[in-house]
Formats: sequence, structure tokens, C-alpha cells
Amino acid sequence: MLRLERRPSPSVFWERASPFLAVALTMVAGGVMFWLLGKNPFEAIRTIFWDPLFDPQFASYSRPQLLVKAAPLILIAIGLSLGFRAGIWNIGAEGQYIMGAIFGAAAGLAVYPVESRLIFPVMIVAGALGGFVWAMIPALLKTVFRTNEILVSLLLVYVAQNILAMMALGTLRNPEGNGFPGSRNLSQIPAMANPELIAGTGMHWGVVAAFMAVIAGYVLLQRHILGFQIKLAGQAPKAARFAGVSPARLVVLCLGISGVLAGLAGVFEVTGPAGQISIDFNVGYGFTAIIVAFLGRLNPVGILFAGLLMALTYIGGELAQLMLGLPSAAIQAFQGMLLFFLLATDLLTNFRIRLAKREAA
Amino acid sequence: MLGGIDPALLVAALLVNSVPILLAATGELVVEKAGVLNLGVEGMMIMGAICGFVTAVATGNPYLGFLGGALGAMALSAVFGVLTQVLQTNQVATGLALTLFGLGLSSLIGQSYVGIKPPETLDLPLGPLADVPFLGVAVFSHDWMVYGSVLIVAAVWWVLKFSRTGLILRAVGESHDAAHALGYKVTRIRLLAVLFGGALAGLGGAYVSLVRVPQWTDGITAGAGWIALAIVVFASWKPWRVLAGAYLFGGISVLQLNLQAAGSAIPVEYLSMAPYLITILVLVIMSSGKGRAALAAPACLGQSFHASR
Repeated sequence: MLRLERRPSPSVFWERASPFLAVALTMVAGGVMFWLLGKNPFEAIRTIFWDPLFDPQFASYSRPQLLVKAAPLILIAIGLSLGFRAGIWNIGAEGQYIMGAIFGAAAGLAVYPVESRLIFPVMIVAGALGGFVWAMIPALLKTVFRTNEILVSLLLVYVAQNILAMMALGTLRNPEGNGFPGSRNLSQIPAMANPELIAGTGMHWGVVAAFMAVIAGYVLLQRHILGFQIKLAGQAPKAARFAGVSPARLVVLCLGISGVLAGLAGVFEVTGPAGQISIDFNVGYGFTAIIVAFLGRLNPVGILFAGLLMALTYIGGELAQLMLGLPSAAIQAFQGMLLFFLLATDLLTNFRIRLAKREAA
Repeated sequence: MLGGIDPALLVAALLVNSVPILLAATGELVVEKAGVLNLGVEGMMIMGAICGFVTAVATGNPYLGFLGGALGAMALSAVFGVLTQVLQTNQVATGLALTLFGLGLSSLIGQSYVGIKPPETLDLPLGPLADVPFLGVAVFSHDWMVYGSVLIVAAVWWVLKFSRTGLILRAVGESHDAAHALGYKVTRIRLLAVLFGGALAGLGGAYVSLVRVPQWTDGITAGAGWIALAIVVFASWKPWRVLAGAYLFGGISVLQLNLQAAGSAIPVEYLSMAPYLITILVLVIMSSGKGRAALAAPACLGQSFHASR
């Protein structure tokens, strides 16, 4: 019989190694899934993980997409990771992302067709505000009424989706769009566009913001008292309270920061890659970012690489859809599986697996 | 505002609409009573919806469909059980993973089932009762799941309150260390509770795709699992209040659908977001004040248990 024995302190080796093991296990399990779908598993895995980066035919298109898709994931995941560390579960980043996009786009479209260099920065601030406001709802309900932030933040995603539909069909609809739903294309309005900064790299302002968030997150957790308090509150809530850490303040800060970052991701997306407010503007970045946060071990640098890897599965998934006819839902299931394996391999960090000896008589 | 809506039909629709959240919330109640927080209800429901749908279409028998739905969701809940109870993973994160995975896998399984009609689940023949004025249409002309779900609530209430099994289950949820010291197998009991919760969530999901809609589309459960989780809090972990909560929310969603159909002056989007907003409002009311619901929560809810001895 196998027996679990709690380690006196978490294993440093396994803390680093378990994400790699989880990715490897997911590839095996995913391969089995693709095989069950009647595809060649080796070809599928190669199409998802190798071809977007190195295939001569696709790489020129796929490589820039890597940064485009990774930026929102990283931005959102950095914010979420702070809360997750402190035991504050914001799982409604998808809603905050939508609200960021709506606020940002509305701020810009309100002054259309004015041309000014100030418009884009104002839109960014409005987007951050949108995400912040949406995240403050669960934060304040939690601090004032002790309402569970998990359920409130998640339920608000459905509310945000309805507001998005309302905006795309009504308030923000393009008056020159022949009645089609969706706003004006922001990426084609110079004052509001979030263009590719270096041609052929996919680099836009959202990518810059994502890198800045990684650095800021790293500094916050390593060097700042708030980062220490966040970690303390997660690992030893009682000790944190004795040390004078206010739980309410942490809730507001963690949800606020993650709301701002999700809102930023939304406004960078709507002004750049997505281009407009439409009914199907959100594609689940807010949920995938949860996986990214865990895959990166709630560590900013880890999240940077996790975001890139997860972006790769999106791009590779699209490619596999095109080349092998692999259904798009297969990638979603694949990403969910990754989270399972990550959580499971975490066991190795905190426990030793021992062969149990027979009990002495 | 209610002009043109027949009250008997409204009650009938309310009963049908409430079944999925009622079943899922009752299952989750048992799981949480055992001290486990499974946030994957949405994922289990949608797996139940697709597995039930596929089974029913393949066999042509809706009853086997419900069985298939329950088994499919149970399989997913088994993954949650093994991860959280044996491998000691964080319950919140694992529950989320369950939902993300369930949504992906269900849409993968269901892609060749879009647009198919499932075999019809017939109304339970209640003979002359169906001819009673008002009540006949409102209450006595439904399929067996409408009545079955109420029976399940009654059974759960009785078992939790009066049986030895219920006492052990509650003991495990209130203090796993004490229960362990008394010799109860905490991990095994919790695993069984998780499986039971999965089966009920699956039944609820199958009801969505087989009766309420009835067809398959991606994301068909549309947050019902999350509302079920909220109802458990709303109900302060009491079975009969779960029933009241489920009917309340069923009523709200029926009302908003009817208002949409009746061409109400309120924009459709406001009506569709109403159930979620009202859920939040109710959560706020229930979680504040002196008599707040959280005080009734099982003491070991969400904590993992590892027997060191």
C-alpha cells in the first residue's frame, strides 16, 4: 500500500518541477483523448505545441499571435494570483474584463470623431476603472456584508455578458453599421487604436502592460510589505490578524488590483486585436487565466511563462482545428485537464509517497 | 404587467424550471454537510446534461438518459473526490477545474448532437387528478422528475435528521478530527457524499437537456450550477429551505422568460440578468446581520483532512 507522509517543509524541487510534470501528464492524457477522437495523437500534440512556433509555413503568422493571446492571460492572471495567495477567490475576471472593454470603448466613442493624442490614454484609464468598479462589487459586499466573493464575482460575469449584449446591440452600436450589431471598429480609428508597435511581433500596448505587471507583481511579492501580508494571510490567517493585517483591506486591495488588471486587458483587447465591442467579444480569457495563475504557481515570473504556454495551446488548437479537424472544444477540455494535473502533482510538494510497512504486531 | 400570462401555466412552468437547480442544490447540500465544498456543480451539471442526452438519443429511452446523466456527472465528481480527499488538493481550485473541464468536455462530446431532438419524457399519468381545475394543469400534469425531486428532498431531510447515517455524515462535516477519533472513515464518507452530490447534479443537468429545453447546445446549463451553490447558502444548509429557494429562483426565471415572450417594455437583457442579480441580492441579505446563514455552515466546510495517525 502507498501511504502519504506530510513533509516537514514543502519540497523546493517539486515546487519547481511539478508544473513540468503536469504539462507532460496532460500531453499524455490529451493524446489519449485525441486518439479516442480518431486523430493521430503524436501529430495532434506536434500541431499544438511545435508547429505554431517552428513550422516554416505557419510560424510567421503564429509567432506574433503568441504575444497577442498571452498578454491578456498574463495581465489577468497576475491580478488573480495575488488574491489566490491570500485566500481571496476572484473567479469573475471574465466579467471585469468585459466591463473594462465597455468602459474603455465608451469613453473613446463618446468623443468620436475628435482626434487627440489624449483619447487613447483616457480610454485606458476608463478601462481600468471599469474592471475596478466591477471587482469592487464583490469586494464591498464581502467586507460589509460578509457575502461570499466566489459566488458574487462569478454571478456578475453573467450580468456583464448581458450588459455587453446590450451595448453591442444598442448604446454603442455603430450608427453607420447598416444595423449590424457591434460598435465602430476602434482599431481603425487612429486616436483610439492599440496598434502593433513593432511590425511582425504582435507587440502592442497590452503586451507592454503585461510585462510591467509581471515586474510589479514580482517586486510587490518579494520586496513590499503588502506582498508579505498577502502571503501571510494565505498561509496563516490567524497570525496575520495578530500581526495587524486587516482582512477587509486585503480583500479590497486584492480584488481591486485584479479588477484593474482585468479591465486593462479588456480595453487593450477591444482597441487592438478584437477591434470592437461585439456580442461575442469575450472568449474566456478570464477563466483560462485561472489556469494560468496556477500553472505559474501563483508566481509572477511563472505566470509569464504559463501565459505563453497557454497562448500556445490556443494558437496550436486553432491550427489543429484547421489541419486535423480537431474540435475547438477539445482544447478547452485539454486546458481543464492541465489544471487537474497541476493540482494533483502539487501533492508531491507537500507530501512524500512512501511504501507503507506492515503495522508491527 | 402580467396580462396575458395564465397563472396555472406559470406555476406549471415554475415547477419544471426549478427541478435542475433543486436537484443540484440538494446534492450539494449533502456534500457540504459532509464538510466538502465542491464548486464544480456547474461542470457536473453540464456533464450530466450531455451524458443524459447522448444516452437518451442512443437508447431512445429518456429514463436510461437520466441514469446516464447521473453516471456521467458522478464520474466527474469522482475525479474531484479523489483529488481533494486522497490527493489533498485545494477544494476551491479543484471545483473550478471541474467546471472548466466539464464545459470543455461536454461541448466536445455534444458537437454531433446539436439540433437533434431527444426522446420525449412523458407526463406521469395521474388519472382524474389531471382534471382538477387549476391544480390539474399547474401541479398534476408533470413528468416523474418533478415529483421525484421533491421526494429526494424529503428523503435527504429525513436521512440527515433522523438516521444514523445522517448523524455520522454531519459529524464528519462538523468535526472531522472527532469523527476520525471515533473510528469513522472520514475520507470514505466524504467520497461517498461527493459521489451522491455528483449523481444529483447529473440528474439535474439531464433534466435541462431532456425536458426543459429539450435539445443540446454548448453551455446549456447557463450558470444554474452556480445558482444552486448560492441556494445552499440561502437555505442555511436546510433541505426544505433548499426547496423553497429553488422554487423562488425557478419562479423568477419563469417570470422573466414570460415577460420576454410577452414583449415587455423592459429590455430583454435586463430581464435575463435578473435571476443573477436577485441571487446576489439574496446572498447579501442572507450573509449579513446577526442571524446570518454562515453561522449554520458545517464547521469543517472546505477543510481538507489528512489522518496523520
